[in-house]
Amino acid sequence: MLIAILSGFLSALFLLFFGKRLKSSLSLITSLLPIGLFAYFLSFLPQIRAGNSVYYSLEWVPSLGVNLDFKLDGLSLLFSLLITGIGALVFLYSTAYMKGHMHIGKFYSYLSIFMASMLGLVLSDNVLLLFVFWELTAISSFFLIGFNNESAESRKSSLLAWAITGGGGFFLMAGFILLGGLTGTYSIQEMLTSKELLQSHELYGVLIFLIFAGAFTKSAQFPFHFWLPGAMKAPTPVSAYLHSATMVKAGIYVIARFTPVLGNHPYWNDTLMIVGGITMLYAAFHSIFRVDLKGILAYSTISALGILVFLLGMGSQEALIAASVFILVHALYKAGLFLITGIIDHETGTRDVTKLAGLRKVMLPIAIAGGLAAISSAGIPLTWGFIGKDLLYAATMSSESHMILLTSLAVITNIFLSYSGYLAGIKPFAGELPDSYKALHLPSAFMWVPPLVLGISGMLFGLLPSLLDQSLIQPILATFGEVQENVSLKIWHGFNTVLLLSSVTIVGGVLLYLYIKPSSKSLHRLSRYEAFAPQAIFNRLTHGMRNVAVGFTKFMHNGFLRAYLTKIVFFMVCLISFYLIRYVDIQFSTLRFTTISFYEGIIFIIMAVTILVIVFSASRLTAIISTSVVGYCICLFFLYYGAPDLAMTQFSIDTLTTVLFVLVLLKLPPYLKLRDKKAQMQDGLLAGAFGIMIAVIALQVLNEPTNKNISQFYSDNAYLLAKGKNVVNVILVDFRAYDTLVETTVLAIAAIGVFSMLKIKSSEIE
Amino acid sequence: MKIILLKTAANYLLPLLILFSIFILLRGHYEPGGGFVGGLIASIAFILHSLANGLDKTKQLLRYPPFIYIPFGLGLALLSGLTPLLIGKPFLTVLWFDDPLPVIGYVGSALFFDIGVYLVVLGVTLTILFTISESV
Repeated sequence: MLIAILSGFLSALFLLFFGKRLKSSLSLITSLLPIGLFAYFLSFLPQIRAGNSVYYSLEWVPSLGVNLDFKLDGLSLLFSLLITGIGALVFLYSTAYMKGHMHIGKFYSYLSIFMASMLGLVLSDNVLLLFVFWELTAISSFFLIGFNNESAESRKSSLLAWAITGGGGFFLMAGFILLGGLTGTYSIQEMLTSKELLQSHELYGVLIFLIFAGAFTKSAQFPFHFWLPGAMKAPTPVSAYLHSATMVKAGIYVIARFTPVLGNHPYWNDTLMIVGGITMLYAAFHSIFRVDLKGILAYSTISALGILVFLLGMGSQEALIAASVFILVHALYKAGLFLITGIIDHETGTRDVTKLAGLRKVMLPIAIAGGLAAISSAGIPLTWGFIGKDLLYAATMSSESHMILLTSLAVITNIFLSYSGYLAGIKPFAGELPDSYKALHLPSAFMWVPPLVLGISGMLFGLLPSLLDQSLIQPILATFGEVQENVSLKIWHGFNTVLLLSSVTIVGGVLLYLYIKPSSKSLHRLSRYEAFAPQAIFNRLTHGMRNVAVGFTKFMHNGFLRAYLTKIVFFMVCLISFYLIRYVDIQFSTLRFTTISFYEGIIFIIMAVTILVIVFSASRLTAIISTSVVGYCICLFFLYYGAPDLAMTQFSIDTLTTVLFVLVLLKLPPYLKLRDKKAQMQDGLLAGAFGIMIAVIALQVLNEPTNKNISQFYSDNAYLLAKGKNVVNVILVDFRAYDTLVETTVLAIAAIGVFSMLKIKSSEIE
Repeated sequence: MKIILLKTAANYLLPLLILFSIFILLRGHYEPGGGFVGGLIASIAFILHSLANGLDKTKQLLRYPPFIYIPFGLGLALLSGLTPLLIGKPFLTVLWFDDPLPVIGYVGSALFFDIGVYLVVLGVTLTILFTISESV
């Protein structure tokens, strides 16, 4: 199973390096990977059907509780099949759609990374592992949305998507860590036993807030939904795959996965129902005003995700069955509609639904696929979508409270959704064919077969629901912890309220389709209210944040070395004096003072005089030379107190620094009064405060008992273990040679830095 | 800065200072000294030469750009650390030759490590100073 997941990453690596050679025909080979994986996961179906789950574990970082634990059960099998199945179709489709693109290798590479990480996400049994894959899907989505990186719009959309989903990722990580901390394990399997503990814990509210923040951003729930329409800047196969069928359902997956652990609590259910309810209605309403086909599909996708969240929130057995069925329903018809939109866009060059008509005459198989997808989305009887819709109504009808409200919410949403389904799947193909499109012809079979396969499978499952109910839906229900003897999905439930509601939906959708003509005018009317939309608020927020950042940078990072030094020293003085005054009992004892010798006195006087010279000197050169005199005096102190190594090094460094200063200063004008008296006073005060602080610390250190263990060890063992008599050098080359090695590397990097910065700059001037 | 006194002195001081730096490097294990200080002294020697004779003369004398020493030094230090792995000792264990060499005394792999440090310090200091004095 590990190989199955990693194979995507490996092939991505391969494609990245050898992708250039992969022109059109060879790119078919890449499609073999998802096809093979689909077959592989399909082979687990009998085992899952029997109620078993497959478990695989490999130790990775056991000390942190992060292991490569993978578990295949009903829920993850459903997602794995979706990921690899739709993945296979999308890979095939892209061979024709992306044909001749310059970076086709890169495209397939990102797509493989995404597929692998999405598989990892749904198969992980360890929450930290799950999180790693979660972030990987966001990263690959970022690259795929911005795939046409010459367009500023694409770049902006991918950044927005990244900001929202990545931001949600932080919350999710915090949630997972909290979850791990509360239960004492990072394994989802083991968490199942601590349901009572978690739900009665006072942090339960925080916990679900964090997890929801991650799931809602990823699954584009209100008010975070606005990144998804922007994400439609990606190439259409990517929108079909990531932003409709799989990745956006990752949030749904996480909610579903944790339902048996955290679910069935009022907080959990109410939040999900409210957020899902708002999202499904809001987005479905929005979708009817769009004229761009991908815009319509984006909003109806958001609405469908809202329905899923809503169903998970209801949490009853009917609702959970409905959710499991609807995941598959939606993936099949929405991916199909996206692929069809891609073909239309590819062939006619427009996605404006008002301009498209009559295409059935030139591309009949695509029209059939579109029709199948549209009727499945509308829930016409005998389709898979009909069963999904039936279950949804059955779930709302059996709700204990607010039955009428919930049911009417679902019906209205579905009327809008079926309208947008017709708009995307039927409208472009119906009516008269404009003359300009007469010359069009059917594209390559790789493009029209995948949507047709999706449409037909939607039909097939609709006619024969018994293909899935026992084998897939039943095990999914088992992962929710609901055990029912037999789940059986039927085409016909008899005449009842549910059927009535279904007919209302269908009639409503058809009426809307007949009476509302999509036009850009209504979209324009809607845009007046955009100032209140979450997206506008988010934009204002980022704008404000950028202004703050610019102001902060201007203040802190103004390019003057003296300003940096002032700030650093000022901050240090404040911080350390605060600590000294607040926490340290300052006392001066003269007990450990030694008498000042004659030589020390002389050195001290020299130093004091030189410092005065530095401060009041009128020449830069004098100031620099005097600074090095102070440095030499310090060397003498080192020598006097028995640190000849230190003194030698300090001597050499001081010499070199002076040379360096002189080299630079020679080129500067002799001396300029750059700063006024007031600034000088400020500097003096700061320097004085710093000096006093250091003096207090030095005196305070004398009061502390010295710990001589370490120095004793080194001086005892330098000769015994390292055969050296100079302890300092033995430490450098033997005891702590590793440090020295790294330090010399740092030195080398510094040299490269100086060299490249100065050389590049001067060569640019030339 | 073309002062004849300095120029003459620098020409004689260069070999002397380099010898001194090698001396400091070699005695490091027993008495004050070592690769770091040695490298600094050697670079001072070259800097002095360049101040007296001009940068171009020093570069001619060096023949290769000074950053050549950095990879050599790092490589030598790393290699002296890797050698113990061959006989199954941990990374950077110091190995000693059994017999003392004339003049230098006992030699261990730490000496090669120190020579590596010496070369890196020499290379880094000269690279930085030469680059800066060329650019301003």
